[in-house]
Amino acid sequence: MNTRRNLLAGMGAVALGGLLWNRLPVELEHAVAEEIDTGSPSSYFPNVWLYTHEGEKVRFYDDLVRGKIVAINMMYVMCTGACPTMTANLRKVQQMLGERVGQDVFMYSITLQPEIDRPQHLKEYVEQQRILPGWKFLTGSPADIRRLRYGLGFYDPVPEVDNNLATHTGMLRVGNDRNQRWTMAPALADPERIITTINHVDGAMVHTAYMSGDAAVHLG
Amino acid sequence: MTSQFLENVGTLGAGAWKISIRRGGWEPLPGTGEKLPESREGRRAFLKFTAAAMAAPLLFASPDSNARRRRAPDPTPEPEPEPTPVVLPPSPPTIPWVEELPSAITPLSPVSLNPPPALNANTAAGECGRADHQRWAELHGTPRQYPVTHYELSAKENPAWVFNPAYPPQRIWGFAVGSAAASTPGPTIMTRYGEPVVVRFHNKLPQNHVGFGSPEISIHLHNAHAPSESDGFPGDYFSPNKAGPTLAEPGQFKDHFYPNICAGYDSYQNGLGDYREALATLWYHDHTFDFTAPNLYLGMAGFYLMYDDLDSGNERDANPSALRLPSHPYDYPLSFGDRRFDAGGRLVYDQVSPEGTLGDKIAVNGKIEPVLRVAARKYRFRLLDIGPSRTYELYLTKTNGVVQTFTYIGNDGNLLPAPLKNQFKVHIAVAERADIVIDFSRYPIGTELYLSNRLEQDLTRQPGDVKAPGTPVLKFIVDRYPPEQDLSRVPDVLRPLPPLDLAEIAAAPVRRWVFERANGMWAINGQFFNPNTARAVIPMGGAEVWELVNIDNGWDHPIHIHFEEGRILSKTKDGVSVPVPPHEQGRKDVYVLQGMSTIRVFLRFRDFTGKYVMHCHNLIHEDHAMMLRWDIKDDD
Repeated sequence: MNTRRNLLAGMGAVALGGLLWNRLPVELEHAVAEEIDTGSPSSYFPNVWLYTHEGEKVRFYDDLVRGKIVAINMMYVMCTGACPTMTANLRKVQQMLGERVGQDVFMYSITLQPEIDRPQHLKEYVEQQRILPGWKFLTGSPADIRRLRYGLGFYDPVPEVDNNLATHTGMLRVGNDRNQRWTMAPALADPERIITTINHVDGAMVHTAYMSGDAAVHLG
Repeated sequence: MTSQFLENVGTLGAGAWKISIRRGGWEPLPGTGEKLPESREGRRAFLKFTAAAMAAPLLFASPDSNARRRRAPDPTPEPEPEPTPVVLPPSPPTIPWVEELPSAITPLSPVSLNPPPALNANTAAGECGRADHQRWAELHGTPRQYPVTHYELSAKENPAWVFNPAYPPQRIWGFAVGSAAASTPGPTIMTRYGEPVVVRFHNKLPQNHVGFGSPEISIHLHNAHAPSESDGFPGDYFSPNKAGPTLAEPGQFKDHFYPNICAGYDSYQNGLGDYREALATLWYHDHTFDFTAPNLYLGMAGFYLMYDDLDSGNERDANPSALRLPSHPYDYPLSFGDRRFDAGGRLVYDQVSPEGTLGDKIAVNGKIEPVLRVAARKYRFRLLDIGPSRTYELYLTKTNGVVQTFTYIGNDGNLLPAPLKNQFKVHIAVAERADIVIDFSRYPIGTELYLSNRLEQDLTRQPGDVKAPGTPVLKFIVDRYPPEQDLSRVPDVLRPLPPLDLAEIAAAPVRRWVFERANGMWAINGQFFNPNTARAVIPMGGAEVWELVNIDNGWDHPIHIHFEEGRILSKTKDGVSVPVPPHEQGRKDVYVLQGMSTIRVFLRFRDFTGKYVMHCHNLIHEDHAMMLRWDIKDDD
């Protein structure tokens, strides 16, 4: 069932105007080849191979999204614009979510500069920003990252804006893969407001307003 | 099987569906793939095809292209096609003029609510944890012009709604009475000023729903002069399993109290308010935080019509001051919503597209290309752009395309001071309403007429050009004489406007709200919606000038301000003052900000306190956070 959909999701989209074919590290070229050869699972999102800041090789959908509640944004290490503030803000979100992160809610940041931000650079960034465990920073091949960026809706329909790193998205994609429910929150919004949106898609949360610690009410 | 995210629709690139997107619509693309491959083998073929399409530019772009060309069978793997954003294919063809709209609407019947509604949330009986009703004893418990009326509606899924005979019966979310099937739009409520109304909204949506749409509701009555706990504030969403951030507890239902007073109740001391502030055409719809666009797209909206002694809803009214406009069953609401369907004819919505989903099929009262049979007499139609994103310019034409005239009597639900006669178009953005009167007695029995949309649009951001003949979206067939003489009329004077006091306006505080794009989202003064934070706090009884500004050119914003109708004081476009069109010179609640334009609006904040919102009513802009909370506070 849904062969065509799977195929197309795995394929990504087709452009008629070609750009430079980026030379990639050998392992990433392999990743691209494997991506093409492996039948994609049933997913709207591209199931591309990625590397975490801890050097782990993962597939985006299978390993990071399938069956999970996720919050995903994009950043890059060298960014002097919105990224440092967004990361700091999302770190507050991570702190406030406490042990839910990595257990009920999964946080991911994907680099917009995969050519520069290799896993070790992301690791350094994670340490420098004092990110807590359970929040993964991700890189991959530039084409895969681009595919993922489009698949997650982190783009602008105007190509000049879309290709300008200075105006990159400040959106946090929030969703629950279990019921295929997707929305977003501004990554720079108050942490409480971001958590409200995460709680909205989290079926276990009855009260969507942020409540610290024991005040949070769980269903079942 | 469970529904899938974008069921039956792939992530497609330009060219893959043998069509190209261009301004003004879709056109076939010659010489592209014949059919989509279904198997792994086919997938390879598809990849080869796309690679071939890219080959030429790649060869020239690649630094080692010469080397590649020399090595005759090139063993290097074919390059991955360049990724692009998702493109939805056009909806499959529909069968026009088969589905019939009912010849008259059936107004919702009142009920006796059990348990009876109360001041406090009846959480024991399953009501969600709302705030207490404001002014309950005074406006509900004390006899007024008319007795209290109760209604009961359930937000519910209908698994077998038919948009068009070419498409399969399918899921919608609408409103239902009791155990009946839900419809979209929901049942029409007809009510009167001076009649206190309680509507009990049950949430019977499937809580295990999979796919676009979130099964919580917060029903806004657009644009009632309603207390905030009954306004459908976005953070007040509820379901049996969930409470929005501004609600105390989840619940199965919520009572909304509509006092049905005119704005100015306190200052007029006549038990009714300023009759010049009365609205006629209102609509209720879901306003759930984070998910308003998909929830409304699934169908959760309906009409709420209001009458008073002037616009009494009785064309045979003996009261000499009654307007006697065409009345039920010749008073007929019509909603226009853009929808997109997949190859299997099922409704699709792209949940992650930053631009939302622009429909290429227009559902008129939930039906695509329906027929409405009319009697040869005058009708009052209440046209509503129900969204999510498309703007319409509607023309009434004969089948040969000749444009027909009608009378424009009300905008945004407000009767104009005088009718605009011999009009030939209605331009409405999302949430705008237009009341018009068409006189079908001018046509012989058997005449067919179209309502056609001539406004082209290929992006959710803003409409394009007006182009004849346009797309017919509704067919009228004049098929009978009325059983009784048509005594309805359109008098030369309708509802007077409250006077504007220039000194008061000059002294009023001015707030400037800049609607702009920021960080790939939609912002107001650089900030995004937070249901917990009021961006303006206004004393009850206050009056202000709000300056709405669009500093960009690539998009429009139909801005909706809840609670009271406003008056447009001025409009500028590209820095130059432009005239306010006649149909916008009355009271309004949606202010369409075109590119590089400013609209100054005079607003009052009377009779109730609490939290309200202003937002862009292009639903994807609304959900991508172009909204702000403002509060009314009682200083006493």
